[in-house]
Amino acid sequence: MSTAYTVRDSATMLRRNLLHIRRYPSLSIMLVAQPIVFLLLFVYVFGGTLGAGLPGQGAGLPGQGGGGDRGDYLVFITPGILIMTVASVALGTAISTATDMTTGIIARFRTMDIARASVLTGHVLGAVLRTGFAVVVVAAFAFLLGFRSDAGPLGWLGAVALLVLIAFSLTWLTVGLGLAADSVETASNTPLFLVMLPFISSGFVPTDAMPAGLRQFAEHQPFTPMIDTLRALVTGAEPGADLWLAIGWCVLIALLGYLWSRRLFLRVPTK
Amino acid sequence: MTATRPAIEVVGLTKSYGDHTVLDGVDLTVPEGTVYALLGPNGAGKTTIVNILSTLLAPDAGEIRVAGFDVRRDPGGVRAAIGVTGQFSAIDELLTGRENLRLMADLTHLGRAAAATAVTVLLERFDLVGAADRRAQTYSGGMKRRLDLAMTLITRPRLIFLDEPTTGLDPRSRRDLWTIVREQVADGVTVLLTTQYLEEADQLADRIGVLDGGRLVAEGTAAQLKRRVPGGHVSVQFTHAAALAAAAAAHPEATSDVDALTLQMPADGSVAGLRRVLDGLDDEGVAGLTVGSADLDDVFLALTGRAAEAPAAEEIPA
Ligand SMILES: Nc1ncnc2c1ncn2[C@@H]1O[C@H](COP(=O)(O)OP(=O)(O)OP(=O)(O)O)[C@@H](O)[C@H]1O
Ligand SMILES: [Mg+2]
Repeated sequence: MSTAYTVRDSATMLRRNLLHIRRYPSLSIMLVAQPIVFLLLFVYVFGGTLGAGLPGQGAGLPGQGGGGDRGDYLVFITPGILIMTVASVALGTAISTATDMTTGIIARFRTMDIARASVLTGHVLGAVLRTGFAVVVVAAFAFLLGFRSDAGPLGWLGAVALLVLIAFSLTWLTVGLGLAADSVETASNTPLFLVMLPFISSGFVPTDAMPAGLRQFAEHQPFTPMIDTLRALVTGAEPGADLWLAIGWCVLIALLGYLWSRRLFLRVPTK
Repeated sequence: MTATRPAIEVVGLTKSYGDHTVLDGVDLTVPEGTVYALLGPNGAGKTTIVNILSTLLAPDAGEIRVAGFDVRRDPGGVRAAIGVTGQFSAIDELLTGRENLRLMADLTHLGRAAAATAVTVLLERFDLVGAADRRAQTYSGGMKRRLDLAMTLITRPRLIFLDEPTTGLDPRSRRDLWTIVREQVADGVTVLLTTQYLEEADQLADRIGVLDGGRLVAEGTAAQLKRRVPGGHVSVQFTHAAALAAAAAAHPEATSDVDALTLQMPADGSVAGLRRVLDGLDDEGVAGLTVGSADLDDVFLALTGRAAEAPAAEEIPA
């Protein structure tokens, strides 16, 4: 199978997945609604109190002293919420992949001489585009609530690139979870940890505020460098070493997710 | 080896799930350009054979070549040659009929213009023009089946697998499908189909294999199979019920149909046997008479029914 055909088949499968996304909008709406609900909840219910607990430097708007207010908290959690949006859409990808695998047309694809992984590539590319859409909606919502930033064009470009990379890696992982699941229900449960993990990271409160064991976990789990990097990029700060850590995690997760998904999909079943 | 090697060659195919043997040493040869029908009751292993031949399922053992390619060593070669319409619908229900066909055309790497033409032709051929832009979800069972087959044919396969292609179709659609299969064969395409409809095997197949309990218990042309079952019959139509009743009393082995005023008597096909039947009849009351040989229904029942009762498939003369 030549590279040209691989690209062509992947594009065909992407078109198919985009049609699916368009024809079944309720899933997308649900996936976008969830992070927006969290954003509202955290900013308006907890934001006043949590904002007061923020350290002055480096967390909220740069140059601010002392504890912050609700507005500072909005700025603080928006990066975490954006990454949670990526995770939320990735959860949807596990569901839609598992659902797709139960349909007869997948069996037809398996009997055709096509670039076989293109079925998966179509899912991944479609999901990344859906993530882009969701992130834009949620970000617009944050702006509506008053999110402002001093980040320059380079910072924003970096933020977009990072979000795409995170979307790509989490999506390959959830495509694998969708393929490995024996039912659609399983596929909607196994990736829940992706939506939970951002809570135990630097996304909602600074990790210093956590008890020792939890703090260690929070500081070393992959979402923390991703969120810290994104926060630095959208507030115009220097991401530093976190950037490389975040990229490293993304590449690792994407690679493992890809190899795992490929193996699950390409094997000829004996049962 | 000549240029025309068989489209399908299977020797010693076995497959089991745990200790449940589903295919137990199946040998099968289908020459190019012919139609082979696999006939068998539920659970005989028809779908399992189709799945293995179409690279969807790994066999346990056996030499299996499809379109000249070994299914295990060169599945890509097999896939490039075949088209499959499985037992269960293989369409994308969220897409319209037109989009489904277009998807297949794109995956076959047809050019833009060729794809558009092929889609139009097939929509017309399969009577789907009116529903072309509706989601396949909204199609009736028969329409889905037709779309499924159209999606198989748009890839122009040399070898087609049809697993119970007419299940759920009305008689007209079934006939239309038969016509389409014949057209394909006229173009040199090889067809392996499975069916529960004996008439279908009779109508379409050059050779028929009767599959039961994972073994081919009989194989041959429709005529050869019918000859294996001795039970032909003589069917007599009467003018009135009294004549039917009288004849029925004289022939207790016969089955009578009071509504149709007919009596069906077993006959072994010999002249003496026929004379015995006729001797007892009163010329007055008889409206008509037909002599029939066993039909495929009788063959099916005789072969699979007996094999199911006793593990004695070998008793059937080869
Ligand atoms: N994945 C599986 N695990 C266990 N047993 C299976 C599996 N798939 C099929 N079987 C068994 O294999 C046997 C043959 O099944 P198959 O689907 O090939 O039959 P079939 O001839 O196509 O029947 P039908 O006319 O009902 O479609 C059946 O007894 C079935 O229960
Ligand atoms: Mg079957």
